[in-house]
Amino acid sequence: MSNKIENLLNRFAEAAEQPKRQLDAHIAAGKKVIGCYPYYAPEELVHATGMVPMGLWGKPGSPNKAKEYFASFYCSLVQMNLEMALSGELDQLSGVIHSTLCDTLRPGSQNFRIAIEQIPMIFLAHPQNRKPDYGKEYTRVIYTKILNQLEDIAGRKASPEDLAKAIRVFNRSRKARREFVKLAGQHPELVTAVQRSQVLKSTFFMEKSEHTAWLEELNQLLAAAPAVDWPGVKIVTSGIIADSPELLGIFDDLKIAIVADDIAHESRAIRIDAAEDKDPMEALAEQFAEQDQDPLLYDPAINSRPPHIVEMVRQSGAQGVVVLMMTFCDPEEMEYPSLMKGLKEANIPLLKIGYDHQIKDFGQARTSLEAFADVLSMRA
Amino acid sequence: MTELKNNAQSNAAPPAETEKPAKVWLREVVEKVYQDAWDAKERGEPVGWSASKFPAEIAETLGLRVCYPENQAAAIAAKHGGQRMCEYAEALGYDNDICGYARISLAYAAGAGGDERPMPQPDFVLCCNNICNCMTKWYENLARMHDIPLIMIDIPYNNTDEVNEENITYIKAQFDDAIKQLEEISGRKFDEDKFAEVCANANRTAQAWLKACSYCQYKPSPLSGFDLFNHMADVVTARCRKESAEAFEALAEEYERNVAEGKSTWRYDENHRIMFEGIPCWPELQKLFKPLKEKGINTTAVVYAPAFGFVYNNMEEMIRAYCKAPNSVCLETGVEWREGICRENKVDGVLVHYNRSCKPWSGYMPEMERRFRKNLGVGVVGFDGDQADPRNFSEAQYNTRVQGLFEIMEAQKKGE
Ligand code: SF4
Ligand code: SF4
Repeated sequence: MSNKIENLLNRFAEAAEQPKRQLDAHIAAGKKVIGCYPYYAPEELVHATGMVPMGLWGKPGSPNKAKEYFASFYCSLVQMNLEMALSGELDQLSGVIHSTLCDTLRPGSQNFRIAIEQIPMIFLAHPQNRKPDYGKEYTRVIYTKILNQLEDIAGRKASPEDLAKAIRVFNRSRKARREFVKLAGQHPELVTAVQRSQVLKSTFFMEKSEHTAWLEELNQLLAAAPAVDWPGVKIVTSGIIADSPELLGIFDDLKIAIVADDIAHESRAIRIDAAEDKDPMEALAEQFAEQDQDPLLYDPAINSRPPHIVEMVRQSGAQGVVVLMMTFCDPEEMEYPSLMKGLKEANIPLLKIGYDHQIKDFGQARTSLEAFADVLSMRA
Repeated sequence: MTELKNNAQSNAAPPAETEKPAKVWLREVVEKVYQDAWDAKERGEPVGWSASKFPAEIAETLGLRVCYPENQAAAIAAKHGGQRMCEYAEALGYDNDICGYARISLAYAAGAGGDERPMPQPDFVLCCNNICNCMTKWYENLARMHDIPLIMIDIPYNNTDEVNEENITYIKAQFDDAIKQLEEISGRKFDEDKFAEVCANANRTAQAWLKACSYCQYKPSPLSGFDLFNHMADVVTARCRKESAEAFEALAEEYERNVAEGKSTWRYDENHRIMFEGIPCWPELQKLFKPLKEKGINTTAVVYAPAFGFVYNNMEEMIRAYCKAPNSVCLETGVEWREGICRENKVDGVLVHYNRSCKPWSGYMPEMERRFRKNLGVGVVGFDGDQADPRNFSEAQYNTRVQGLFEIMEAQKKGE
């Protein structure tokens, strides 16, 4: 059985580490591909028009051409996305949905639009007052406009049934991913931190139904695996992105298991499904309205995120939280003190590590993680 | 929709105080805003803190006293308290990467002191994210610290010159919600007549402000453009008050007299005229000023002028006006504003502040630099700085860059 698991995990790893190959395969299959910036791009709409959404979360490296558009103090996610586009690496895309939920994405959208003439930019400005009826209506209207742009690019209309089907496909993918996060947390002896990240990351590059099929198979195998005692420690990760195999390899070396996460690139994006028994556009607007506990989003409850993460720690059986703080990410930085306070009050240890696409040497992170793992194991 | 009385060009007799220099008068108006807030607090009335581009007309109509953290932060920074306050915030866990205004304000809210510009702690906060998203989390943090209500007006970022209908509908609904929430906080009903009067004041202030700014077009300019940065305080904190309209009208008259008498508040040569792009480095005003006056470079265009001088005639226009904040417009509109004032005010160079605090603003600047060079044919030079945290400014680099700009402008002048 563990052979089967290993085989599946290898397939995910390949897909996660070779997005270009995935892109080529989509194009070869006659599909158009739409790049989707984080956060909360309605990828269902892309799917409903028969195209493939691919996530754009930057890539390892340092900006070179993008320096012509951004000073140095901008996050590497946005800088590296622009870098890829400026280097022609995204030329096979038929469009890019560019969100604007933070102060880097706002000017980022303008820089993309003017610098990358060959790829149509589909502009997305979500509402922050997303919960009242007027907020949901606004989301519905802008999503409809986005759908119209996508239909123009695809050269075909999305029928209500296409939309409903897309919602079902994505709900199923989200469900499988949520399930996987739980199972991977229960079986760190079978799924390493590196592999866990690859499984989740590959979703952004693959056709959803294919990814879900593999993942459901993997989940079944994991669910059937016998419970074993984990000799290391268990933690929850929090941040924007945590996909560096070098960094996650350190987690594995130190037997630090990720049993749940509050990572934008992983679980934050899959918490909420869209209703399947409603008008699809309304369902998608409502889905966005229900997104919460995210530093990118206005929190009308004012302080709902720290208790949410405390709860996540409790439910997952984690012993501490590791924040991977994206360099120059002000939304995450603004919410850090409250998180720190909430965890302190709940007596949950916290470690903050700087993270971005440019870091190659995680030596300092290793030292901090070693010390943190020691602290956690002593408390256990 | 309510038609607002626009009595901007009031025929009333000039106020007796016109004898007082306008800058003194303008300062007093701001002082009064803060004093009124303290008095209200003393009377047990709720006092708010507001984002600079939250629709001030609403609270003013309801007679609520409001202070402006951005203005406070600028004042504290200008009086050299910025670093102390920023470090206090950092000790609370706020990264030094966060906007300096936010760090100063959060430190003040957390009890760091701030004698440079004290103001009462808030009973409610008014957040509008048209100028940046940083506001959203900043104000949530304030509301959290003090356990007070937050009134949120979300203005989605714009990708085109036009503001779409759905945005107007969405924002109008939020205005209505904000009014309801503030009626509850103030215990008063929203009075349409009072609202019309407040809006008329705001319009009159905006027009007088724009008029005062417009004197930069004279050659030589009857004012130092840096004066305008100081007067921003009134536009931010007191735009709905009749007194600020009157004080700005008096300022415009002074400039008019300066033109007639060949005088100027810029007491140096005017060899060159530039646009200063961005918010100044408040802690370093003297250092900013030094090479400019030595080389006879007057600032005759500042982006704040058009950004805060909005005039409207009804609720929908008011909403549209609030959609046109400095960092909420698309790149093309931003360029058009700037090139407009550069042309009007006949600048031959642009000095761009890469403001470490303000990501939304600085994020367009490299492209804007290219456009200014191409469209205006002027010299453009950038420097690294910060509006509030002196640790992010290097005098040596600044001086070198100003020297560079000076040389370009000199060469262009000779070539003319
Ligand atoms: S939220 Fe943070 S990481 Fe994401 S785009 Fe904005 S600044 Fe970059
Ligand atoms: S300086 Fe920039 S980031 Fe800071 S409050 Fe103002 S607009 Fe926002």
